[in-house]
Amino acid sequence: MSIVTEQPLAKRTRPRPQVVAHDVRPEPKGWTSWVTTVDHKKIGILYLYTTFLFFILGGVEALMLRLQLAVPDSNFLTPEKYNQLFTLHGTTMIFLFVIPAMAGFANYVLPLMIGARDMAFPRINAWSYWMLLFGGLVLYGSLFFNPPEAGWTSYPPLSLGEYTPQGGIDAWIIALHIVGLSSMLGAVNFVATIHNMRAPGMGWGRLPLFVWTILIYSYLIILASPALAAALGMLLIDRHFGGHFFDPTEGGSPLLWQHAFWFYSHPAVYIMVLPAFGIVSEILPVFARKPIFGYKAIAASTAGIAFLGLLVWAHHMFTVPTSTVVLAFFMLSSFVIAVPTGVKFFNWLATLWRGTIEFRVPLLWAVGLIATFLIGGISGIFLAVFPVDWQLHDTYFVVAHLHYVLFGGSVFGIFGGLYYWFPKMTGRILGERLGKLSFALTFVGFHMTFLIQHSLGMSGMPRRIYEYPEGLGWSWMNLLSTVGAFILALGVFFTLLNVVLSVKRGARAGGDPWKGNTLEWFTSSPPPENNFDVIPRVRSVEPMKDIRRQVEQQTGVQQRHQASRALAEA
Amino acid sequence: MDAAVPRRVRRRTPPHGPSRRTVGRLPAALAPEAARLRLRRLLALAVPAAAGALLLAAAPAAADLLTPESGGSPNADSIDTLYKLILAIAVVVFVGVEGVLLWSLIKFRARKGAVAAQIHGNTRLEIGWTVGAAAILIFLIVFTFIKLPSIKNPPPTGPNGLQTASAAVYASTDQPPPPDGKGLEITVDGQQYVWRYQYPSRDNERVFAYERMVVPEDTTVILKITADDVAHSWWIPKLGGKMDAIPGYTNYTWFKARRGVYYGQCAELCGRNHANMLASVEVVSVEEYERWYDQRVRDIEEAEDEHARQRRTYDDSMPNIPDAAEGEDTGDRNRTSGQQE
Repeated sequence: MSIVTEQPLAKRTRPRPQVVAHDVRPEPKGWTSWVTTVDHKKIGILYLYTTFLFFILGGVEALMLRLQLAVPDSNFLTPEKYNQLFTLHGTTMIFLFVIPAMAGFANYVLPLMIGARDMAFPRINAWSYWMLLFGGLVLYGSLFFNPPEAGWTSYPPLSLGEYTPQGGIDAWIIALHIVGLSSMLGAVNFVATIHNMRAPGMGWGRLPLFVWTILIYSYLIILASPALAAALGMLLIDRHFGGHFFDPTEGGSPLLWQHAFWFYSHPAVYIMVLPAFGIVSEILPVFARKPIFGYKAIAASTAGIAFLGLLVWAHHMFTVPTSTVVLAFFMLSSFVIAVPTGVKFFNWLATLWRGTIEFRVPLLWAVGLIATFLIGGISGIFLAVFPVDWQLHDTYFVVAHLHYVLFGGSVFGIFGGLYYWFPKMTGRILGERLGKLSFALTFVGFHMTFLIQHSLGMSGMPRRIYEYPEGLGWSWMNLLSTVGAFILALGVFFTLLNVVLSVKRGARAGGDPWKGNTLEWFTSSPPPENNFDVIPRVRSVEPMKDIRRQVEQQTGVQQRHQASRALAEA
Repeated sequence: MDAAVPRRVRRRTPPHGPSRRTVGRLPAALAPEAARLRLRRLLALAVPAAAGALLLAAAPAAADLLTPESGGSPNADSIDTLYKLILAIAVVVFVGVEGVLLWSLIKFRARKGAVAAQIHGNTRLEIGWTVGAAAILIFLIVFTFIKLPSIKNPPPTGPNGLQTASAAVYASTDQPPPPDGKGLEITVDGQQYVWRYQYPSRDNERVFAYERMVVPEDTTVILKITADDVAHSWWIPKLGGKMDAIPGYTNYTWFKARRGVYYGQCAELCGRNHANMLASVEVVSVEEYERWYDQRVRDIEEAEDEHARQRRTYDDSMPNIPDAAEGEDTGDRNRTSGQQE
């Protein structure tokens, strides 16, 4: 515990019987401590290591796909390998990277942010991590046999036994079942923790915004995942146990799969992106040195996006036989989501407005998210207009859109979170110069890769094709995109390098390197196993600001600070 | 205060490559600190401005990159118009938001002596931008529904089109027939990895084609889209939007094209050779179409005759085998016949 913060509290509470809850057992060390741990912080770190490992795998797959498409009529990959790679890439990035990475951050910082000593169910927490790892291993185990090759959406009839008899789809189904169960258990745990274990005084109006987004993330997982689980179960029954849910020759319906799949997978977009929005809402006020603008509006818009997000799934299916009334409904519901999303954006801009912005690396990623996700949000409007979607659907325009949302939104958020909370997790700050270099390369590489893909799609290139002929005007765009992808990969590499270099040798962080607003900064870095010896009473959305103010009042730092400022202005 | 600023500014200015280099080359005596700063600010504004101007100059050339394909059929043109309207609004929103973002980042970066305004929110502003965003969306919705009929409903066949064609009576709530009931209805059937087109018969002849569809110009062509095996998606970009071909379902779309050849390909992942499932539509004059049609009738009849002849020769050359179906394995036979139904 930091001594400075304890003094004023001790003064305030006067002499009274006090239980000192300092953990005196030595902290467990060695690899067994990682395997057997139920500590939310260790589990959070395990989550992050695992998901970043899968991120690297998914990234390598992406680079191979881009290499194949770099030139027309390429022979780098066979069609079979190409289909397997994009299936693995999509599945990995969504189910094994972005969704669990958010759970990883939440695991580490959420109990700290709400002033709790652990998650509500530590053992279930450990279990959900191990399920994630084993689910991932099941999917990648298929590499040694036949990886799945029906796309991450695995639409039947293509994914039925008749057309894809290989076991890859089965590995995919089982892996998603396990990973789905993992995220479900994690979600239940977050909900229980947030509802029951907040610090005294932390009402719903004082919950940190990242915690708000994790709460909504968890509810979305609980509401939407069962649809995916059911669909996966039906697919397995169709493939192996004589079912005909999706088999049109036996009265089944391929569209049933699409509805069930998107009933999960559209909310999954918000599951992936809302926590990233939460990270931005944490980073901006800290580095602009200004309270978040419109706290209630941001929290409410999170809930609004999630609720509406459950009502828009069929906008992924505008080209299937559908009556105009249904098309119109899903267009309207998709449009309505733009309103709360816009509210978030305007509040973020207003937070920066008249602040004193410090250009540290976490802020760069947060701002990069705002600048980039905006394009994804706007291209989403085009896709929501169903007649326009008839042109854009299933083309590279959609590929561009979804990467703007999931990389420009979620992954930028994850990197922002990594730079922001790394000091808390390790006690070391990630290198500033390497971080800025990494951000610049990632940002430039990302836009170079994906901006041009909008044009590719509009000039007629469908997604998921392994080759294209010369003379359609697609060659230079694809080459540009591939070059961009390698710049992007270099950017990501520098962050990974940064982590490796800084984890042992980075600048020492101390308890509160950024002058944060939330309670995770009210303990040492890394925190002791029990997190806090004393849990302060929370009086606002920014408890650390209150605590610092109190300390400054009692130690006179404020006066000294003011004196120095007067000198500077003179 | 002035003396304290420049050192901070030099570090904080976004690194516009050219500006840094130009300033670096100026002799120190000619560029006192303040002038250097002004030049740098000027360049910071000039570089984006120049880039913007360049973009504007290149706009006509880039227009093709910014809009979907069109020019073959009225529905594709209407989609293009609708798209351009959304694009116009999108550009305004994009420039506005990114502009405010960039402005705040430059204007409100941390400086010595600067104090952040401790504002927590503003309800009027909140309501303002919520209503503003909603208003833009309502405008888009209204415009979409104004444009929708010209995208969804087929127009009558033109004077140069095939006048005898009449669309078969079909029951669909999704696809209205052309107003005069005239139109050429072609069934498009997706199969791994080829498109098959079934033409309407005049008097019991069978006409079909693969991959390339030949149709008369100025004629409303109604497409009835089905699939045989897995899901496919019919898409010729210049002839309007795509429609999925889903086994067990029938989907509809239409086009009314000018003369020319239009290319496209399957847009829904349908297996390993998805990339090679090509389609093209050749639009010709009515006379040429009639000629092609008659030739096609003859070709198919000839081919069928030839096939029948070969079959006879083959059958005759084989020893006479009693019907193999009369085995004991009735259970298996039932299952097979069940699958065929």
